Amino acid sequence: MDIVIDSLPRLFNGAVVTLQITFLSVLLGFLLAIPLSVMRVSRLRSLWMPVYAFTFYFRGTPLLVQIFLIYYGSGQFHGFLDSVGLWFFFKNPWFCAVLALTLNTAAYSAEIFRGGIQGVPRGEVEAARACGMSGLLLYRRIIIPKALRIAWPAYTNEVIFLLQASSLVSIITVMDITGVAREISARSFAFYELFLAAAAIYLVLVYGILWIFKKIENRINAYLEAGQH
Amino acid sequence: MPFFELHGYGWLLIQGAKLTLYVGISAMILAIGLGLLGVLCKFSNSALLRFLANTYTTVIRGIPELILILLVYYGTPTLIQDISAMFGAPVFISLDPFVAGTATIGFIYGAFSTEVFRGAYLAVPKGQIEAARACGMSRALTFRRVTLPQMMRYALPGLGNVWMVLIKATALVSVIQLPELMRNADIAARATREPFTFFFAASLIYLLITIGSNLVQQWAEKRASRGIIMD
Repeated sequence: MDIVIDSLPRLFNGAVVTLQITFLSVLLGFLLAIPLSVMRVSRLRSLWMPVYAFTFYFRGTPLLVQIFLIYYGSGQFHGFLDSVGLWFFFKNPWFCAVLALTLNTAAYSAEIFRGGIQGVPRGEVEAARACGMSGLLLYRRIIIPKALRIAWPAYTNEVIFLLQASSLVSIITVMDITGVAREISARSFAFYELFLAAAAIYLVLVYGILWIFKKIENRINAYLEAGQH
Repeated sequence: MPFFELHGYGWLLIQGAKLTLYVGISAMILAIGLGLLGVLCKFSNSALLRFLANTYTTVIRGIPELILILLVYYGTPTLIQDISAMFGAPVFISLDPFVAGTATIGFIYGAFSTEVFRGAYLAVPKGQIEAARACGMSRALTFRRVTLPQMMRYALPGLGNVWMVLIKATALVSVIQLPELMRNADIAARATREPFTFFFAASLIYLLITIGSNLVQQWAEKRASRGIIMD
C-alpha cells in the first residue's frame, strides 16, 4: 500500500499526460470529423469516396497497428522525412501518439456525425432552404447544430473510448497513467497494487468526463425543456 | 505468391492471424456466456445479484483493456504469492499468456454483451412472457423457450459490434508476448528493419477479418429474421 501512496505524485503526472493527449486528440479529431462527415454525405463521388476509404481503414484496424505504423513505420522513411524536415515530428512518441489518436477518433466521429446529419429532419432543411439559406450557411446554422445534438450521446461514448484507448501510448514509451504504472511496477514488482491504482484513476476520469458530457447534453438540449413548461 | 512472400516472413503473419482468430473466438464465446449470466443477474429478484451485475458492467467498462490485461497477467501471480505468503506457505504460479489474454478479453467484453442482452431482453414484448407464464411455464422454461430465442434476434447487431471491437482488442495481447498477428508482425519488422511493410501488411489482414465478419454478420441477421414479417 505504501508504494501506491509514494507513487501518487508520479501517477498524478501520468494522469495529466493522459488528459493532455486525450483532450488534444479529441479537439483535433472533432475539427477534422466535421468537414469529413459533410464530405461523406455528399453525392459527389470524389468527395465521399476518400472519406469512406479513410473511415473504413481506421475503423477496421486496431489502434495499436495505427500507432505502430506511424511511430515505428515512419522509421522506414527516415531519409525522406529528414529531407523534408518532418523527422523531428515522427521521432517524438508524444507527437506520434497524438497523430494516431486524432486520425482514429476522426474516423469514428465522422461516422457518428454522418448519422447525425442524416438524422436531421427533412422539414428543417426545407424550411431553411425556403428562407433562402444554402451551402455553408445552411450547414452552419441548421444542419450541424441539429446533427451534433442528435449525435451527442454516441459522441460521448467515443470520447470515453478514446480516453481509455490513450493507455496504448504507453507502449511507445509515453509516460501516461499506464506508462507510469508499468514502469514503477516493473522495478518494484508491486504489479497488482499499481495497476489497481491506475484502474481507479481511469475510473474516476471516465465517470468525471461522462458527468461533464451529460451536463453539456442537458445544456444543448435545454430548448426542448423550455417548451414543455 | 510474391505479394505475401515478405522476405519469407509472410507465413509468420498468417500463423499470427490464426492465433488472433483463435483468441478472438474463444474470448467471444466466453463473453457471450458471461453476457447471458450477467443479464440473468440484472433481471434477477435478488438485490445482491443485481448489484453484482451492475458493478461488473460499470467498473469494467470504465477501465482500459490494457490495464486489465496487465493487471491479470502480472498482478494475479504476485497477488496469489503475497496472500499465500501471509499464511506462511508462498505459492508461485505464472499464467499462460493465451489463457490470461483470452480470459481477460472475454471478461471485458462480457460486460459489453451484458448491456447488449439487456437491451434485447427489454425489446421482447412483455405480453409474450405473461402469456407463457399464463400457460403454466416456469420462469426458467419461459426464458429458454420464449425470451431467449427472440432476444438473440435483437441482440445480433449489438453482438456483431462487440465482436468487431473485440477482435481488434486482441492486438493488445501482443503486450504479454502471445505470438498473435501483432506480435509476429513486430518480430518480422525488427528482423527485416521494415516496420512499415509489416505493420501495414498486418493492418490489411485485420481489415480482411473485419470484412469477413461483416459478411457473416449480414448473413446471420438475415437468418435470424426468418419468418419475421417486415412492414
